[in-house]
Amino acid sequence: MTSQESYATVLALLTALAAGLVGSFAQMKRMSLAGDVISHVALPGLGLALLFGINPLLGAAVALLLGTILIWHLQKGGTLTTDVAIGVIFTGALAIGTLVTPSEDLIEALFGGFQDLGLPAFLVGILLVLVILTYIYTSRQKLILRIFSPELAAATGINVSRVDLYFLLVFSTTVLLGLRFLGALLVGALIIVPAAIGRQLTHTLTAFLSASALASVLSVAIGLAITHYYTHLAIGTITINLALGPTVISVATILFVFSFLRKKN
Amino acid sequence: MNLLNVKNLSVLIEQKLLIENLSFELARGEKLCVLGPNGAGKTVLLRALLRLVPYRGEITWAPDVRIGYVPQKLEADRHLPLTYNDLFEAKCKTINVPTKNTVEIAQSVGLTKEMLETPVGHLSSGQFQRGLIGFALIGQPDVLLLDEPTASIDEPGEEHIYELIGRLQNQFNLASIMVSHDLTFVSRYATTVLCLNRRSLCIGSPQVALSPEVLKNLYGEAYSYYHHTHC
Repeated sequence: MTSQESYATVLALLTALAAGLVGSFAQMKRMSLAGDVISHVALPGLGLALLFGINPLLGAAVALLLGTILIWHLQKGGTLTTDVAIGVIFTGALAIGTLVTPSEDLIEALFGGFQDLGLPAFLVGILLVLVILTYIYTSRQKLILRIFSPELAAATGINVSRVDLYFLLVFSTTVLLGLRFLGALLVGALIIVPAAIGRQLTHTLTAFLSASALASVLSVAIGLAITHYYTHLAIGTITINLALGPTVISVATILFVFSFLRKKN
Repeated sequence: MNLLNVKNLSVLIEQKLLIENLSFELARGEKLCVLGPNGAGKTVLLRALLRLVPYRGEITWAPDVRIGYVPQKLEADRHLPLTYNDLFEAKCKTINVPTKNTVEIAQSVGLTKEMLETPVGHLSSGQFQRGLIGFALIGQPDVLLLDEPTASIDEPGEEHIYELIGRLQNQFNLASIMVSHDLTFVSRYATTVLCLNRRSLCIGSPQVALSPEVLKNLYGEAYSYYHHTHC
């Protein structure tokens, strides 16, 4: 493994750790739908950046920031129409993103892939992971109270609207980190599915956070290992192409099925 | 000095005047009960006092006052993996008070260690409500704001919660502003009663405010129901 491959692997695993933790709080906040929309909002940014020859992650970052602020405003309204608006943004972002993304880059933008990583990009990535982990560690008490009851949280002196905005920004940063290897269509799943696994298997907060983080890291590690050694899987006459993004999310989904069966039993 | 002075308070939400020109005071240790029919603005009043809704007029709390709040009918998500241990700790760390006092608070509201470690969605309604009262007591409040604290509890449990609130108020010398429909409790515990129907209809001792004339004026036709079931 070259050092650039090592950087990419380490950053992918650390991103998985962050995604598991952020996903746990997102699930408790019941914002899986809004979270999924945020990941799709990255696509038009990616596409436009590719079109104009700019760094695609920079385009994605700008689109994510705008999407985050938009969703934050919609959530603040707290009306039924929020769901409708989120649905419109989701399909609109996907459609516009698909239109503007050059066709040769579309599959990678949607489903990601393993790319080597230079040292500067690796260091920026590590810094972003640290920001996410620090936020979760220092703000978890406020998040817990906000999740339990926004009214009680506000009465305790917490600025609920600010907590919501910061959490959405952390969520978007996690999406941005995962975008490189999972793509705009699948990155949301790394935040949602491991948390769903953790919730099936645990009953306490600490166990839930730990299990979600572990499930996320395991999904990425197994996905990376499979795609490192195999490019495709042949079953009889059928050949399955093993791309990184779909493989990671398939592993996560299989783990979810196991966790579901275990809970049922 | 009073704990709270409210002067000419009005609350207008979505073009609807919910509280109009309300003035009252609250002294240390005073037990103020707020009575009124549904939609009279009782919950809105507590939310305005907590500055959770926009208002006009003056709400002046004593400097450094500590307020505990028990909301009405809080529906806990049954799927949350949160326990009162988590929530008590979260509140302590948010308002910077030591977590060790939570053991004493849990005992004073009758929560066992096992209940503290049970996810909140799995507690009975009475246990859940005791936890909310315990949550409000963290940080040694000077005043409790309670919004129909027995709204989601069956009758025998309701009696226990009222007894608990009365005992805690005496134990910690707490002032309180409580919204309640239970006239028996109000007459037994309140030192002052505020009859509210968007405007203040009457404020005074329970003997004055709970007179049949005032209650009929407050509740209208529904008064006979309250009279038969609670008095």
